[in-house]
Amino acid sequence: MTTLAANLRDRTAIAAWTREHGVYLALLVLVVFNAIATPNFLTVDTVQLLFSQVPPVIIVSLGMALVIGTGGVDLSVGSIMAIASAVLAKFVTGGSPIGVAMLAAVAAGLLVGVFNGLVVAIARVQPIVATLGVLVAGRGIALVITGGALVELFVPVFKDIRLGKFLGIPYVMIVAALLAVAVSFLVRRTAFGYRLLAVGGNRRASVLAGLPVRRTLVVVYAISGTLAAVAGVIATARLRASDPSYIGLLMELTAITAVVVGGTSLTGGRVRILGTVTGAILIQLLETTLVSHNAPDSVARMVEALIIIAAVYIQRPARSSR
Amino acid sequence: MTTPVLAVTSASKRFAGVRALEDVSIELHAGSVHALVGENGAGKSTLIKLITGVYQLDSGSVRLRGEEVAFDSPRSAQRAGIATIYQEVHLAPQLSVARNFFLGREPTRFGSLDLKRMNRNSAEALRRYGIVADVKRPLGELGLGIQQMVAIARAVETDASVVIMDEPTSSLEPREVDLLLDLVAQLKAKDVAIVYVSHKLDEVFRACDTITVLRDGKLVSTGPTSELTRRQLISRMLGRDAAELDESGRTRLGRRELEDGEPVLRAEHLNRRLILEDVSVVVRPGEVVGLAGLLGSGRSETAKAIFGALPLDSGDISVDGKPLTHQTPASRIRQGVAMLPEDRKAEGLIPDMSIRDNIGLAALPQLTRSGLVSRKRVDDIVKTFMTRLRIKAASPLQRVSELSGGNQQKVLLARLLCLNPRVLLLDEPTRGIDVGAKAEVQALVAELAEKGMAVVLISSELEEVVEGSDSVVVLRDGAQLGRLVGDDITEDKIMDLIADAASEQIEASEQIEAEK
Amino acid sequence: MTAPAPATKQPPVAVAADHGGREAARARARALTSLISRNGAVAVLVLVVLLGALLVPSFGKPDNLRNVALAASFIGIIAAGMTFVIICGGIDLSVGSTYALATIISAMYAPRGSFIAVGYALLAAGLVGLIQGLIIARLRLPAFIVTLAGLTGVRGLVYYITNEGNDHPQIEGFRAFETLGTGSLATIGTPVWIMLVVFAIGWWVLNRTPFGQSVQAVGGNQGAAELMGLPVKRTQTIVYVVSGLCAGLSGILTTALSGGGQEARIGDAYELSAIAAVVIGGTLLSGGVGSMVGTLAGVLLLFVIQNLIVQGANLNSYVQQVVSGGFLLVVVILQAVLSRRAGTADT
Repeated sequence: MTTLAANLRDRTAIAAWTREHGVYLALLVLVVFNAIATPNFLTVDTVQLLFSQVPPVIIVSLGMALVIGTGGVDLSVGSIMAIASAVLAKFVTGGSPIGVAMLAAVAAGLLVGVFNGLVVAIARVQPIVATLGVLVAGRGIALVITGGALVELFVPVFKDIRLGKFLGIPYVMIVAALLAVAVSFLVRRTAFGYRLLAVGGNRRASVLAGLPVRRTLVVVYAISGTLAAVAGVIATARLRASDPSYIGLLMELTAITAVVVGGTSLTGGRVRILGTVTGAILIQLLETTLVSHNAPDSVARMVEALIIIAAVYIQRPARSSR
Repeated sequence: MTTPVLAVTSASKRFAGVRALEDVSIELHAGSVHALVGENGAGKSTLIKLITGVYQLDSGSVRLRGEEVAFDSPRSAQRAGIATIYQEVHLAPQLSVARNFFLGREPTRFGSLDLKRMNRNSAEALRRYGIVADVKRPLGELGLGIQQMVAIARAVETDASVVIMDEPTSSLEPREVDLLLDLVAQLKAKDVAIVYVSHKLDEVFRACDTITVLRDGKLVSTGPTSELTRRQLISRMLGRDAAELDESGRTRLGRRELEDGEPVLRAEHLNRRLILEDVSVVVRPGEVVGLAGLLGSGRSETAKAIFGALPLDSGDISVDGKPLTHQTPASRIRQGVAMLPEDRKAEGLIPDMSIRDNIGLAALPQLTRSGLVSRKRVDDIVKTFMTRLRIKAASPLQRVSELSGGNQQKVLLARLLCLNPRVLLLDEPTRGIDVGAKAEVQALVAELAEKGMAVVLISSELEEVVEGSDSVVVLRDGAQLGRLVGDDITEDKIMDLIADAASEQIEASEQIEAEK
Repeated sequence: MTAPAPATKQPPVAVAADHGGREAARARARALTSLISRNGAVAVLVLVVLLGALLVPSFGKPDNLRNVALAASFIGIIAAGMTFVIICGGIDLSVGSTYALATIISAMYAPRGSFIAVGYALLAAGLVGLIQGLIIARLRLPAFIVTLAGLTGVRGLVYYITNEGNDHPQIEGFRAFETLGTGSLATIGTPVWIMLVVFAIGWWVLNRTPFGQSVQAVGGNQGAAELMGLPVKRTQTIVYVVSGLCAGLSGILTTALSGGGQEARIGDAYELSAIAAVVIGGTLLSGGVGSMVGTLAGVLLLFVIQNLIVQGANLNSYVQQVVSGGFLLVVVILQAVLSRRAGTADT
């Protein structure tokens, strides 16, 4: 009887631990597996390749995590990346300096994000539909901006973005890491972070506690849009071209997956930044692993689907006690 | 004595190692009403959910007409003739009354719903219980009271031999309560065994034959109502010396002399189309003004309007002589007004957040310097108020959703008090909390008023308004019926005011009585 | 001592009678809004079609209208299934992939006869729905995530069975099957008729069967439905099977119409169009409230507007996307504003 009880306690403890830290464990398992089974995995090249591929996903996922923390979701991030890319191309081909072009691209993302936020906060449309509208319309807008064609861009700075390193770490990874730290600080230490979680936890109660709910929501979607635009600029630099029908395609799904695998619940009220970053790396590493083991793309997708289900299954809330 | 319809023997249940129910036995008899009372967390809901198959027993047994049963879901319990009516109205608001009435056991013809029969039968059944309603209308378009009555009629019509009512009157008006107790009597006459869970002791004494008291998951006593006094019952529920409670089970709040002073709160001529009509509330320092009236009378709406949560078409509100402008809760809080909302869960708590974060939420602007929250200042405030309000918790970091109702309410009060408000609007401060916490909250309100705060108190329990207020504004249908002061504040006077205004409805009811 | 029953101030009174004019006015406002949100899409559809016929001559031609209806029928059938899922409080992101799976399977098995082709395709699509439904209902995982995994995983499966998208199975000379897609009745294409039949059955099931009642009750309040003893898990599971089958049927019709040879990426983003149609039709994503007629009108609206852009303004497909997305936004913003007007005080 005692052992049974102890056993039970142990099991709930293990379950709780896995719920909280499952994503780190999964990443560790995958790294160990690769270290053993994948030739040349533990080389600098592999890590650098991963580090150059994963930043856009991390950056978009950070914004997505904040949105999901408010109980919403932002389906428009992929289209915002495309818009940012198109704006970038428009300014570069129009002869603007690259700095101005990048700023304009990011500003475009900010603008779309603010629009999302207004629709969600003021008009009070459900986030999923509001951002679905922008997902559909946004890519159209991006295509209209570039006239539908792929625009090749020859900008020296892009090479730096693509290949530049500091202490062996790609610039883009450093940017992603800094953004992650900043967002984490925002959530944990600022009044804005408190408000964000309160709004996600109980919007009505937040209104009655005197919190500026609408402003908080608009800012959250604006951050998500801005971060997506930054990711759009990086993706454009890597592609050396603006291709609005391709850039950011399905990014909303990848980002949501990263956030959810990282342990942030879709119901809102909680945000896990380190988990989100780990989730993004996990997904990217999974693809890399499958590719290096010659698994076809189709299999990679099916495995990814299983991982998503497994992640939410492990993290599902324990049965309520009363 | 006859064999019980349903007998629970030595039921025990633990959740994650915590005892919820231990060795509890009760017997339900046909044609008898069995009250289940106890503070929050005493194990009432757990016991009900064990009977109805929501939870499974760890040990013990449930026997229905002598045969041992173990239901795996509410559905199978329902099939066996155990109907349950839960605290909140649990039906589908978008479907018609008739469709709700037959939900889960719809009559069909050739696979298609027999709408004619559903409409006819449901209208007949409702009429039998004294409810007249257009059964084709969506349920959600009707008042809360009638929704609850439909839920009860629905459960009863399933030919249940056991009917369990979990706080069925928590959202009902006094006269709806009467109607419900009538219904209970009818069921009793039909030899149904009834379990009646309620916080309202008057109802328990009025309607129940047997009273079982639970405390901390254990059975304290079970026996005939006639052998128990109100005072004994309360002391058994609380498990402490009953000396601090007077004979009637109420806390003693002496009425004080008020100094004449300039009113802190002046809210005058509040108007909002269809909701409020020229309502005025004036509160002097140290005064508690009660808002009395039935559900939907505009009492909560008045508080919300003062708090800026209900936009007004017109009205003048000022605090300490300064007129309030922006109609948002945020600006009202800055201007010294704080409100405890009616629905703790839906409007108050952030369930995933800790006690600490819940308390500090509204005071964030004061605890923040250039956007950063000062952890130390939050901790100080939280510590102060947790001690002062005697909030019982493992630590300030415990999730607020894990607390009992009474402690949750105290957390919300702490959230308001750390704002140091001039005006405190309390909407149902003691609803659904146990007797001990209730007394503490009532004493706190009196204490705050004594310190010069202006308090507006709303409660659906008239005695709470009568005991706790220095003056009472009586409302009905969004309009002000009168204002009572001093010795005029009695339950009778308030009810008279409301009843006079409702004379036309009494006529309507007499018609129905005649039809019966 | 027993406390005496307090003197009753009023005799019991019928509860329905006590909420005077105020409550009635509020109820009327609510009823009006629900009328608008339920039938708004139909009204707008009629308006747009009439205006379109007046202003754009080529739009009103019977041939063009027939084509619009035919084009709409594929998303339409998917949206019919989606309506059930959304009313039940869920969402199904996997329908585009399931549609592709059925398209490919029905083409692959066409050489073995129409029955086998249709049967296998429906079986596969139904299974996809069943698995997702079971995971959502039994394991209580969020539908959004489960069907997101479905979207990814089933698409992977489609690529797997088509040799990474390199195979494009064709149907050769199987008339019976092809008639499903290419046939017509009273000059209107079979898929359109099938869509109408699907919607008719859908309406009946939703409004006239116990299962339909369950769907609405579960979507309105799952916990309540559980406590009332409704078969919540079964209902939740079945709606995903229905959605899968609808997506499968749509895929089969696509193969029948085109004779196969589809790309593995077919049906990409169909889930978005289907959800958009359902939402435009007045079904709330929060569950509990919705209508089949509205969804039908929603689908037709989406396609009529796209057609008008092509016929009238001769604009390219990018602008179509912008207009479709913009239209969806306008509709949902209007819905939100209207429903708030009628609802109780907003805080």
